[in-house]
Amino acid sequence: MTDLLVSREYRTITNVAGPLIFISNAKDVSYDEIVRIRLPDGEERTGRVLEISKDVAVVQVFEGTTGIDNRLTSAEFTGKPLTMKLSPDILGRTFNGIGKPRDGGPDIIEEMEVDVNGMPINPVARDKPEDFIQTGMSAIDGLNTLVRGQKLPIFSGAGLPANKLAAQIGRQAKVLGEGEQFSVVFAAMGITFREASFFTRSFERSGALGRVVFFMNLTNDPTIERLTTPRCALTVAEYLAYTLNHHVLVILTDMINYCEALREISTAREEVPGRRGYPGYMYTDLSTIYERAGKIKGKKGSITQIPILTMPDDDITHPVPDLTGYITEGQIVLSRDLFRRGGDPPIDVLPCLSRLMNSGIGEGKTREDHRNVADQLYASYAYGRDLRRLVAIVGEEALTELDRKYLKLADEFEKTFISQGDENRAIARTLEIGWNLLAMLPEEELKRINESYIEKYHPGYQEE
Amino acid sequence: MTTGSISRISGPVVTAEGLRGSMMYEVVRVGTDALFGEIIRLDKNEAVIQVYEDTSGLKVGEKVESTGTQFSVALGPGLLSSIYDGIQRPLPVLYEMSGDFISRGVFPPGLDLSRKWRFTPVVSVGDEVREGDLIGIVPEFHIEHRIMVPPSVSGKVREILEGDYTVSDPVCILDDGTKIAMMQLWPARKPRPYRKKMDPDTLLITGQRIFDTMFPVAKGGTAMIPGGFGTGKTVAEQTLAKWSDTRIVVYIGCGERGNEMTDVLYEFPELIDPRTGLPLIERTVLIANTSNMPVAAREASIYTGITIAEYYRDMGYDVALMADSTSRWGEALREISGRLEEMPGEEGYPAYLATRLAAFYERAGRVVCKGMDERIGSITIIGAVSPPGGDFSEPITQNTLRVAGTFWALDTALAYRRHFPSVNWIKSYSLYLESLEDWYEKEVAEDWKDLREEAIYLLQKEVELQEIVQLVGPDALPDSEKLILEVSRIIREDFLQQSAFHEIDSFCSLDKQYWMMKVILTFHEKAKKAMNRGIGIDSIMQLPVKKAIGRMKELSDAEMVREHIDRITIDIDSLMEEDR
Ligand SMILES: Nc1ncnc2c1ncn2[C@@H]1O[C@H](COP(=O)(O)OP(=O)(O)O)[C@@H](O)[C@H]1O
Ligand SMILES: [Mg+2]
Repeated sequence: MTDLLVSREYRTITNVAGPLIFISNAKDVSYDEIVRIRLPDGEERTGRVLEISKDVAVVQVFEGTTGIDNRLTSAEFTGKPLTMKLSPDILGRTFNGIGKPRDGGPDIIEEMEVDVNGMPINPVARDKPEDFIQTGMSAIDGLNTLVRGQKLPIFSGAGLPANKLAAQIGRQAKVLGEGEQFSVVFAAMGITFREASFFTRSFERSGALGRVVFFMNLTNDPTIERLTTPRCALTVAEYLAYTLNHHVLVILTDMINYCEALREISTAREEVPGRRGYPGYMYTDLSTIYERAGKIKGKKGSITQIPILTMPDDDITHPVPDLTGYITEGQIVLSRDLFRRGGDPPIDVLPCLSRLMNSGIGEGKTREDHRNVADQLYASYAYGRDLRRLVAIVGEEALTELDRKYLKLADEFEKTFISQGDENRAIARTLEIGWNLLAMLPEEELKRINESYIEKYHPGYQEE
Repeated sequence: MTTGSISRISGPVVTAEGLRGSMMYEVVRVGTDALFGEIIRLDKNEAVIQVYEDTSGLKVGEKVESTGTQFSVALGPGLLSSIYDGIQRPLPVLYEMSGDFISRGVFPPGLDLSRKWRFTPVVSVGDEVREGDLIGIVPEFHIEHRIMVPPSVSGKVREILEGDYTVSDPVCILDDGTKIAMMQLWPARKPRPYRKKMDPDTLLITGQRIFDTMFPVAKGGTAMIPGGFGTGKTVAEQTLAKWSDTRIVVYIGCGERGNEMTDVLYEFPELIDPRTGLPLIERTVLIANTSNMPVAAREASIYTGITIAEYYRDMGYDVALMADSTSRWGEALREISGRLEEMPGEEGYPAYLATRLAAFYERAGRVVCKGMDERIGSITIIGAVSPPGGDFSEPITQNTLRVAGTFWALDTALAYRRHFPSVNWIKSYSLYLESLEDWYEKEVAEDWKDLREEAIYLLQKEVELQEIVQLVGPDALPDSEKLILEVSRIIREDFLQQSAFHEIDSFCSLDKQYWMMKVILTFHEKAKKAMNRGIGIDSIMQLPVKKAIGRMKELSDAEMVREHIDRITIDIDSLMEEDR
């Protein structure tokens, strides 16, 4: 009780550097707690303790340090980490990056209040993600299948239609034969108002607006709040999934802006920079976001994540896509080249991957020949694409008859399989298109396919 | 035991004052929640501590208590089939105690202290025993768990028991009163002693063609698997954990995905060890410190793992240790070093990175164990490396290259076209080929070496020829070289590619590997001869046996593969017959 009597408000800011303030002589400060900062003009800001020693507490100010002075500004230590208030009423609401309502609506009257940092799931408590999600997109369903509880990012480039793809997945995604509760958590980090309202409209059109929770940190909002945006969003997602039993789809966009905010803090703390100035702990930091996807034993709900990130310069080896790919369970990669040639969606399947595909496909889930068809399409398309380079040099006439077939297959594959516009394809249709393409090759080339499936599904056998 | 107080907190690194008299790597309890920490630097009156649990909520001034012991691993019956975090907390027990999420300040012991094991002595009262000598055995699944006199203990047996005891009950008392229980504690950072190291001379059979036939690792050797994301490191590590012919497997998920550990947990109890007919989990110890679990515990995880491996090696067993991924361990080291404000070396890694890495790999090896009966045990280390941007010039890859005997270079371009395992056959190498030569000759075939060299030659030749094709097109090549292109394609697709998920092909016996290679090279020989007699390459490639070669991997036994040799002769003979 005596704690309450001690004032925990200090006017001892000694130093301001970038987004950080240094407060001296503060007593009883705990690591990671939230600090309320009052400026001379009465404005209130929020900060978080990053480091403490006997004389100084280092605090990161979410809304930025503009206007903070070292005489009148006061800092009050709350003794609590950043939390999110939760109740079923959050559905349909919009919050800012630190979890305060930004839709003009009332505060949430909480059923529970939870630390947004979350805790690691015990690997023993995890349930295996294995429910096939049909997105209606062949490049995904057929070749890089998404399952419930997976984290599957979209790697995009500036100006490529990642948002359109994500929105389409959000609209079309369904688990075959089930009609359970689902909801969407949408977290915008540093994207434009135009991009954000594209998503809002898309949810509105599909009538899902009431099941979406928005976290909006737009281009002109405080940069540092981008660090808490995904954590607040995932705290809500965990509540929806594990308390309310929803299957939750979380869209996080754009992770590159998140990482830039992380870099900004790191620079302000004068830490040793890693690759391209990003901090060395970015892998660990990102994992505390991405690893919050999944399923837990004995719980009905699940969290599926689709983070979107723009690769600077279309470079997949840039630290942000690179570290993301090392943590997530695959990636969907958009290609500028395909986009120019009219691909819709312009997915380059070669660098794409779904690591959980095998557990979501096959007999009883999609179809027994699914794995084989995917492997064969990959191998054949990759070979056909190699030939394009050769043709550019020696001309098509120099190719063998067989190689010409591969070349043709690669073209047709991009036109008919990958590109599909607004069509929402069932998995059977996706596989059918796949078989039609494979039928362009002599049968003995189909070495990735079990012979019994050839007899059962190859169009050549169907007609007889 | 002394008590100090926290003077600074920066993430997982905490500084405490007033801990005079503590030692390096001593375990301390930090704060009111008694978080688990380890002293990593002593500086006058200050001790720098890495904390193995999340430090949120800690305050300056909270107490820190020393414990007088170093961070140690509990060794004894009950390790097999366990799953631990990086500091040997059993995850299923944590799950019971604190639910779905890992909470703090809970510290269950590494071994179940209430379970009883049947101890059968092998020494009698009056026997003289020394470190490493066996005093008894305990059945642990199908393994004979050998209870050894702990290092630096010796004396005359005064009392020895037989029957059911817990791991902490003394089962043997020496003349000087020393009590020996089935469980011993060993400081994780210190290698366990052995009598002497020997050269590895036996193949670690993995059932994977690209490894066993092309780039083998010997039992007691070291191998590294570097590769960008999605190239197949984890699948390779898991495949090796499944099929390697060792008695014990220690699998460390070091800073990687939670779902991958779940995968192992679901799969291994179901999978049957082809050699013992028993569930694979019964020979496996799992260590799971996923990417989002505390980073200091990630740093510790590989030491916990290797200590357990050494313990079973000391019993005289072959052990394989998989670490996925050593890069995440290095990054943990870097993160902590950064918080200590140490002078950064290349890419921010501390200057001691290379020494630490080498010291870890040095704990592999084939050894004569301590103890009278001259047991021979081995540890093979297979470390995955995750280079940023897939660029092998970075520090972890480069430093590991200096100490690893086998280099399996994974290749993003191969993974993109779904050529798995995506091991690049030009860049990879094995330094064990020579020391394994005798073994192959004896266990596989006399001409194994020739076949391997021929295959490697063809694959290298293919690269040269492809360069020419890229310039002038395939038609410019003479038929004999076109044939090399065809045959190397067969080697790549029908031999090197091996799906880890295929019902039959996921494991390929050495016999079958040998005959597959023999068939392919025989096909090359016969085709060359036929072409010398004027038969066109196209008609050879149309032969039914060529199609059959493409499906050899699906055959369940080596004999069926071998039959292809005759089919080649028949097919080619009849082709020449027609021609005449
Ligand atoms: N030997 C293999 N057989 C079949 N597929 C494989 C094999 N190795 C890798 N893969 C495929 O590649 C994907 C990525 O492999 P993984 O081991 O998770 O990569 P990494 O650990 O290098 O990121 C797997 O999900 C699987 O689809
Ligand atoms: Mg991996």
